[in-house]
Amino acid sequence: MTGPAIFLLLAGLGAIAWVSARARAMRLQTVARATGRRDAVHSLPAYHGWYVALWTLIPAGIFLAVWANISPGLVTQAVLADPAAQALPADGFVRSAILGEARSIAAGLQSGAFNPASQALVEPYRAAMTEYGVIGAVLALVLAFAGGAYAFTRVRPDFRARTRVERLVMATLLVASLLAIVTTVGIVASLLWESFRFFSMVNPIDFLFGLKWSPQSAAMGYGNDDAFGAVPLFWGTIFIGAIIAMIVAIPLGLMSAVYLTQYASPAVRRWMKPILEVLAGVPTVVYGYFAALTVAPALRDLAVAVGIHGASSESALAAGLVMGVMIIPFVSSMADDSIAAVPQSMRDGSLAMGATTSETITRVLIPAALPGVVGGVLLAVSRAIGETMIVVMAAGLAANLTLNPFASVTTVTTQIVQLLTGDQEFDSAKTLAAFALGLVLFIVTLLLNIVALRVVKKYREAYE
Amino acid sequence: MTEEQQSLAPANPKMTARDVKVFYGPKEAIKGVSIDVAMDNVTAFIGPSGCGKSTFLRTLNRMNDTVASARVEGTITLDGEDIYAPSMDVVQLRARVGMVFQKPNPFPKSIYENIAYGPRIHGLAASKADMDVIVEKSLRRAGLWEEVKDRLQDSGTALSGGQQQRLCIGRAIAVEPEVILMDEPCSALDPIATAKIEELIHELRGRYAIVIVTHNMQQAARVSQRTAFFHLGDLVEYGVTSDIFTNPRQERTKDYITGRYG
Repeated sequence: MTGPAIFLLLAGLGAIAWVSARARAMRLQTVARATGRRDAVHSLPAYHGWYVALWTLIPAGIFLAVWANISPGLVTQAVLADPAAQALPADGFVRSAILGEARSIAAGLQSGAFNPASQALVEPYRAAMTEYGVIGAVLALVLAFAGGAYAFTRVRPDFRARTRVERLVMATLLVASLLAIVTTVGIVASLLWESFRFFSMVNPIDFLFGLKWSPQSAAMGYGNDDAFGAVPLFWGTIFIGAIIAMIVAIPLGLMSAVYLTQYASPAVRRWMKPILEVLAGVPTVVYGYFAALTVAPALRDLAVAVGIHGASSESALAAGLVMGVMIIPFVSSMADDSIAAVPQSMRDGSLAMGATTSETITRVLIPAALPGVVGGVLLAVSRAIGETMIVVMAAGLAANLTLNPFASVTTVTTQIVQLLTGDQEFDSAKTLAAFALGLVLFIVTLLLNIVALRVVKKYREAYE
Repeated sequence: MTEEQQSLAPANPKMTARDVKVFYGPKEAIKGVSIDVAMDNVTAFIGPSGCGKSTFLRTLNRMNDTVASARVEGTITLDGEDIYAPSMDVVQLRARVGMVFQKPNPFPKSIYENIAYGPRIHGLAASKADMDVIVEKSLRRAGLWEEVKDRLQDSGTALSGGQQQRLCIGRAIAVEPEVILMDEPCSALDPIATAKIEELIHELRGRYAIVIVTHNMQQAARVSQRTAFFHLGDLVEYGVTSDIFTNPRQERTKDYITGRYG
């Protein structure tokens, strides 16, 4: 029996369960109400309907989810037990390729066999799949009936179906939120595990403090010892994301926030704020084009014109400038919120002393809003150093340890992309280095976010 | 203003208002008020909530300028000079006409810096020693010096409500104003802190022209020499405080003072 058919059947059973349980509850309650006792009837009939319907569907649904995961293994075992499988080669790779092809043909995903050996296995596969499909469907239906029957026997006028349904709703919501957490934990665990494998090949001290980054030479067999010094990457990341981008984003973001909160008329603010926020919605790959095709060549020409040597067409400055522009909305909206949160009375107090608007801003509003602004800047930095597309397209790949903003540098995210694109062996130090870099990036951005959120929260409390 | 009221107006006024109207958008909040404020007096503005007394107070140092929809008509003068004239520097005006607000609003800076803020932006102190003198003098006049002299570097926001309000008065005094406007300065304070502020107003009287808005009639009677009664944007009656409270001329004043409404 096919999947959709089972689901339709189960849905039908659920509906029948709902209707019949509701009808039964109504009938019983009419009788119970006649006794005149106030607690004779507890829940509305529809709750009894839901209670029975959920008991019909949930056990069967859970069973199907589990079955979908274990039945392919059972099918494969059945096929391997078939005489036709004795001819399979012992080699793991070819063997699994043939099995995979046979399964695809049997499932109707593929029409003809590329490897004649798999054609022989199609029939056994088809038979086994049908068999286990039927077993699964029958077991699911049995469970649905059993669950529904159990719940149906509990339909009494004073049964607290409403409370039970409420509890089930809560459990469902809890599972949904746990899924997100479990996924995150899983990602971090895999990052940790792969990093651990990397650090068993390369000394962590060499990785964190080494000055030379050349994973290609390690891949070509020159040894891992001094090829994975990540300091040039860390420097490139900080240079672009935390220095150049912030030199652009902090003043512009802050000034636009000050203009919007203090000087702009409501009409201007109503137009400018959404436009500024659109900037945050531009896909980063578009910024990437802009950096690589417009800004970078212009900067190179400028550098050459003023006689700077070593100007590259992929420069830290180009990537940093464009990233700074990308970050402006973050800084400005955080600064905007913090300045707007400073009480009006503070501003009035300063103006009433005979201060001008700009004196009020620089001496009272910005100092009072500073913690919030700092929090916003930290969040912006954490976003900037995790940003990938702009630097991949505009910053280059050369792991230079340089202070020259016109030179090409590379960042952690660029190198992760570099290490993992294309055909890779997943057990070499070169590939695993991507996970170690990812781990470092994860830890740094996590710390930045924690600090930033604490700073912002503490500040918010100050005026409440 | 009637002939009779005119005769009750103080001689040699510090500030005068003639036929002042204030509009918030299309709404007329003040409907033609004329009043003289004397130098050596405390003048109280009383009236029920929403009668326009605070709005009128804020026209006296042009704080209504910060409200985009507000528009002021009529003339207001300070020492005979029109404060709404284009040649008037608002910043200088506000240094001469200081203001204390309803809720204490010290800056989130140290006590010292709160007082030093005004003198610093107006360049009143040439050196740190000058500034120390100004801070001490202002805090003494505000009656706060003895309580805070050992902790001038503590945050102004860490003081109690009453102390914060006296800090704000000290802050206003520090720029040597001629007039101090107080907008319900005690409404957020407990009775003891209120008594201290009232005592302070007595001490400051004569040195500065003081205008105080209050919804507390006993307070007006205690601290002021002249009282103006506002109702629905009109100045109903203005005169010597004891006359207003014992012998009001207008029916509306009498009703308000005897608690008929408000």
